Amino acid sequence: MRNLFAGLLFVAATLFAPAAYSLNLFACEPEWAALAQELGVPPANIYTATNAQQDPHRIEARPSLIARARRADLLVCTGAELELAWLPVVLRESGNVALTPGKPGHFEAASYVSMLEIPTRLDRADGDVHPGGNPHLQLDPRNFLPIAQALAQRLSELDPANAASYQQHQTVFRQNWQAAIARWERQAAPLRGVPVLVQHKAFPYLENWLGLKEIAALEPKPGLEPSAAHLSQLLAQLQQRPAKLLLRAAYQNPKPAEWMSQHAQLAVAVLPFTVGGNEAAKDLYGLFDDTVARLLTGLK
Amino acid sequence: MLKHASLLAALLVPLSAHATDDEDLRAIRAELKQLKSHYEQRLNELEQRLQQAEARAQQLEAASPASPVVALPPPAAPVANENAFNPAVSLILAGSYGNLQRDPALPPTGFAMAAHTPPSQGFNLGESELGISASIDPQFRGVATMALAAAGGVTVENAYIDHSGLADGLNLRFGRFFSGLGYLNEVHAHAWDFVDQPLVYRSFWNNQLGEDGVQLKWLAPTDTFLELGAELGRGRGFPGSDRAKNGTGSSVVFAHLGDDFGSDHNWRLGASLHQTRRANAASSAVPDLLGTAGGVSNAFSGDSRTAGLDFVWKYAPNGNIADTNFKLQGEYFQRRESGLLTYDTLAANVTDSYAVSQSGWYLQGVWQFVPHWRAGLRYDQLAPDVAQVGALNATNVIANYGYTPRRSSVMLDYSPSEFSRLRLQLAQDQSRLGLPDNQLFIQYIMSLGAHGAHRF
Repeated sequence: MRNLFAGLLFVAATLFAPAAYSLNLFACEPEWAALAQELGVPPANIYTATNAQQDPHRIEARPSLIARARRADLLVCTGAELELAWLPVVLRESGNVALTPGKPGHFEAASYVSMLEIPTRLDRADGDVHPGGNPHLQLDPRNFLPIAQALAQRLSELDPANAASYQQHQTVFRQNWQAAIARWERQAAPLRGVPVLVQHKAFPYLENWLGLKEIAALEPKPGLEPSAAHLSQLLAQLQQRPAKLLLRAAYQNPKPAEWMSQHAQLAVAVLPFTVGGNEAAKDLYGLFDDTVARLLTGLK
Repeated sequence: MLKHASLLAALLVPLSAHATDDEDLRAIRAELKQLKSHYEQRLNELEQRLQQAEARAQQLEAASPASPVVALPPPAAPVANENAFNPAVSLILAGSYGNLQRDPALPPTGFAMAAHTPPSQGFNLGESELGISASIDPQFRGVATMALAAAGGVTVENAYIDHSGLADGLNLRFGRFFSGLGYLNEVHAHAWDFVDQPLVYRSFWNNQLGEDGVQLKWLAPTDTFLELGAELGRGRGFPGSDRAKNGTGSSVVFAHLGDDFGSDHNWRLGASLHQTRRANAASSAVPDLLGTAGGVSNAFSGDSRTAGLDFVWKYAPNGNIADTNFKLQGEYFQRRESGLLTYDTLAANVTDSYAVSQSGWYLQGVWQFVPHWRAGLRYDQLAPDVAQVGALNATNVIANYGYTPRRSSVMLDYSPSEFSRLRLQLAQDQSRLGLPDNQLFIQYIMSLGAHGAHRF
């Protein structure tokens, strides 16, 4: 009898006890998976939909994404239409109501930062423009502070049992991150005012943070492949206004940057772009340590 | 400082007034030298202190950044105007030029009683497709696709409602939609990898099976993608015979299984079953054993069951499809029809039993070898099989055509952007006995306005 009672008690306890980290998180990009880890979500509960070697504009709504979205409690994405090509299909096909836009389970980082390059006119003749502004907002580390604060709040709301842990992690992250920002800014001081070329308009947030001056992009229009004609025109233009560095994200086709580097005697900084973009960018700290280091190396 | 200045003045004034001896001069020089070095030292000290102060100020600035990190900026409020709730509108403009050696209206050998809508010769305005979609309320989403035919007139291709509030992985769709069977059936014409559909789709589904009905899909709560679906419909599209009675005219069940192998490979497998009851399905220009010129008109009534298997495998280095990628897909369908066939409805009008089991398959690969350029190769084949014809029609109806219709196609397309595509396709068509046909197509597909996400 006592055994039965103990058994029932155990069953009740396991049923009603708050399960440790019951939350499943679906991160659209690796940087949000890394941020969730900083906030105390165990890696085992995080699924990352894309990797740093993929062009974030060109992702397909593949079956595995739909299956993973089915059981997720929280979706963390960049927003600003970066995921427009695949996320709507994944959300619809997954049949997971909790993740639909507007629900607490749908978190878009772009809602918490000031967007750059918001277009004043919307015309496809301008290439692949995003009405909400340039979505590559993860390259300004200062953006992570308000996003982390909002994400910790959202995590606490969805998983109240672990609210204290999320808030505590957030506080620690905030302190460490602010110190890290100060360190990066000190290291990157020589980069202020340096004229740069970019392959794709993927770096406005980085430029804004470090004071780099973008002269031109290798892509004639956002999302269009650099053509030979455009590259030679750019080369002529560089005679008048020389650049010191060429920035390319790890996932981008290396050929146009290589061509320009040879013809204009320019150093190319191949930046990790997001967590996992190279060996050194293992986490958020590594991402910026490596980004700043590669920019400084390129400048020498 | 003041002391030194007065000393200096006291020393300089008498210099001009009185002549002094050498010893005095030397002493004065020495004192001046000392003064000079003293001042230099003081200046250096001051300079150092100034530099330190500046550095400290910079550090402070860095530590408490002027950057807006403390307060959350309020999300931008959407612009409120009357058309803010307008649905997403997209328009596809497509057209082609076809150069064929044979009349495309002739169906593949053995499939005269099946559907046949081939691409035509010369310059053609393809179907312009107008798509409108929006959320209706928190539960419902509506999608309509209107095909604007080149000759005029509008046909409703899709007009369906998705109910997404069911949760637990359930998705309910009702209205007119492309059936979920096979892999290509749900793919809209503007997203096809070739100008035309494989022969098996052309003959078995009249290019694409559209249904009026309901579809329920369930996604299993597993890490591997497993989806089960069922449809009940009117039997509107071929091989259905557009039943206008109570009850249902066709049913479909399908299952999909899919996953990744690492980050480079993605795949999906599918199986489907389609069933319909055909009533007085008429077909004209069917060849017969008597060799009637221009063929005869037949009618079939009976059961039609089709089973299908499909697969698609996609490869991209590191999963990055932007530079290079490869897609391999194949499908197989087998259709068993049994019932009563009326031979030559306009003259002889003989009815007896008829059963046939026909099949077809295709395999195609599409390779994006550099950004914006893709090449594709497709092979398709049909098997007319030997029909079991009732005794009354044994001397009328051709039971065995003894021919395997087949075709090889190769295509090259160029997409300047995500929204435009130009294509060249060459095909060697041997789908008709004794009528080999070398075909050439040039096609353009342009997409305007909202461009919804594509399926896998």
